[in-house]
Amino acid sequence: MLIKTVVVKNNSGLHARPATMVVKEASKYRSEIMIINGTIEVNAKSIMGIMAMGANKGQELELRIDGSDEKEALEALGALFETNFDE
Amino acid sequence: MLKGIGASPGIAIGKVLLLKKEELNFQHMTITDVEGEKKKLHKALEISKQQLEEIKKTSTEQQRSILDAHVMILEDPELISSVEGKIDSEKLNVEAVLDEVLKMFIAIFEGMDNEYMKERAADIRDVGQRLVMNLMGKEQLNLQELKEPVILAAHDITPSDTAQMDREMVLGFITDIGGRTSHSAIMARSMEIPAVVGLGNITEEVKMGDTIILDGKEGTILINPDSSVIEEYAKRREEEEEVKRELRKLVNSDTVSKDGVKVELASNIGNPKDAKKAHENGAEGIGLYRTEFLYMDRSSLPTEEEQFKAYKEVLEIMGDRPVVIRTLDIGGDKELPYLNLPKEMNPFLGYRAIRICLDEKEIFKTQLRALLRASVYGNLKIMYPMISSVEEVRQANEILEEVKQELKAVNINYSTEIEVGIMIEIPAAAVISDILAKEVDFFSIGTNDLIQYTTAVDRMNEKISYLYNPFNPAVLRLIKTVIDNGHKAGIWVGMCGEVAGDQRLIPILLGMGLDEFSMSASSVLPARKQIQGLCYEEMKGIAEKVLEISTAKEIEEFVKLNI
Repeated sequence: MLIKTVVVKNNSGLHARPATMVVKEASKYRSEIMIINGTIEVNAKSIMGIMAMGANKGQELELRIDGSDEKEALEALGALFETNFDE
Repeated sequence: MLKGIGASPGIAIGKVLLLKKEELNFQHMTITDVEGEKKKLHKALEISKQQLEEIKKTSTEQQRSILDAHVMILEDPELISSVEGKIDSEKLNVEAVLDEVLKMFIAIFEGMDNEYMKERAADIRDVGQRLVMNLMGKEQLNLQELKEPVILAAHDITPSDTAQMDREMVLGFITDIGGRTSHSAIMARSMEIPAVVGLGNITEEVKMGDTIILDGKEGTILINPDSSVIEEYAKRREEEEEVKRELRKLVNSDTVSKDGVKVELASNIGNPKDAKKAHENGAEGIGLYRTEFLYMDRSSLPTEEEQFKAYKEVLEIMGDRPVVIRTLDIGGDKELPYLNLPKEMNPFLGYRAIRICLDEKEIFKTQLRALLRASVYGNLKIMYPMISSVEEVRQANEILEEVKQELKAVNINYSTEIEVGIMIEIPAAAVISDILAKEVDFFSIGTNDLIQYTTAVDRMNEKISYLYNPFNPAVLRLIKTVIDNGHKAGIWVGMCGEVAGDQRLIPILLGMGLDEFSMSASSVLPARKQIQGLCYEEMKGIAEKVLEISTAKEIEEFVKLNI
């Protein structure tokens, strides 16, 4: 299992378009991908889960990825956060 | 005649198609075949997805993004595993379980203190309904398959309803609930379909096949009217369409008076989408781009990059037509919670607009950098709001120069032909407009605030709203002073308040010599038609007389009589 801390840096937070980008990317991988925000833990492949989590700009999140393609998944998702979801 | 809320203008006459969302009565049953229930779920998910993909084929881009979100909900592993888990643990039929799970998600989104998220509850409800219908094997009406034009009557029009509407087949719609800003109303206006919403119980009062007349401007409907009434409305509809067709012809024509004086008709916008609309409606430029919308409804300042993209988009849409972008005008009635500005006794007389920008220099510089970078993509003009003194103009220009030097140092290009102007909306600025004219390339008169400040009338206060009057002689004299002082210094003078699009005042403004009129996009073509029918020399005489009249009421009457 791989764990990585990411920071929501884009202005609109993990809402709307960025949320759909996470789901689309996460769904490409077989691994189980969880996003943890404090005490809330949601499935990165669930649009409703991510939107309901409501992560705003500046929030620190933990990515927890477990499975055969965990390395690739971590890289791809980490990059989304790094590049501010192209905002 | 029934009265609701006019959500989208226009007259529609046609037969009713009652879009009654059925009460989905399913039983709560204990089941033994757990796998069978799950299979039913997956089959319904598949069918629902196929239906949405089918609808998507003929939908517009905006509609498609709604449908994509719906597909994503259907693929949501949390939704699926919650339902499957509950079937396992509670041994209940899939319909009952799904209903429970959907209600839980809807409650979460409805409870959020964010308008955008609250709207997502409507999406979940909408796609959930589709799913349950498919579970029960009920057929759903596909609005794309309408064979003849209809008027839709529904409790509410949902996102997926509008996503599959064919404008040729849907003449208009009427709903039980909703207001001017509800989803249904916004979509009706953007699709230009006449609509009346908030009719209370209309789905109980009309039947399939009833003939209806819908007047989207008045917000009224008539059920099964006499043929004479139908004829009357059909005539009115024809007239309205004729007027529209006539106006459409003016989209690419110049705005020239009968005696050959040319003025510019521009549009006020709040975002790039508005710019498209302005362009389609024949605007010869953007006279006011209110950039504060980029800063509002969010939790932090927009980045330089975000601003750059928005400015560039507007400039590109308008091509070589001028685009006046106003720097941040926040404060007054427009708050930015994240700036933590203290509450003031008199916000309209307080810390706002250019006053904030000259104080919070970094906020201002970020915006100026974005503007300068975007300037190479079109015909940009920068405008400072709320100027009351020469010092403010000089300070703002110094900062602008500083930003230019910074960009030059890192080899970032910007246009060297950017005009810089100011809003004239404070009486002090109008009074010294002869001095200010030497410092800038143009003026744009902001009448909304100019009237408020000149007459000391809070425009939000209904009790004294009778005093807020554009025909006020003091206001008209100030406007004339500003135009004359601008022209004496050889600069152009525009206007970007409500008054610029007011057909009662356009003739006087033309006569006073105003160069540019900036208004809402929908007012541009009617204003062009009006000006093409006016004679400048004649209006000049009328404007001169107007300035001699003592009261607002007399001016209004004089104008009515003489134009």
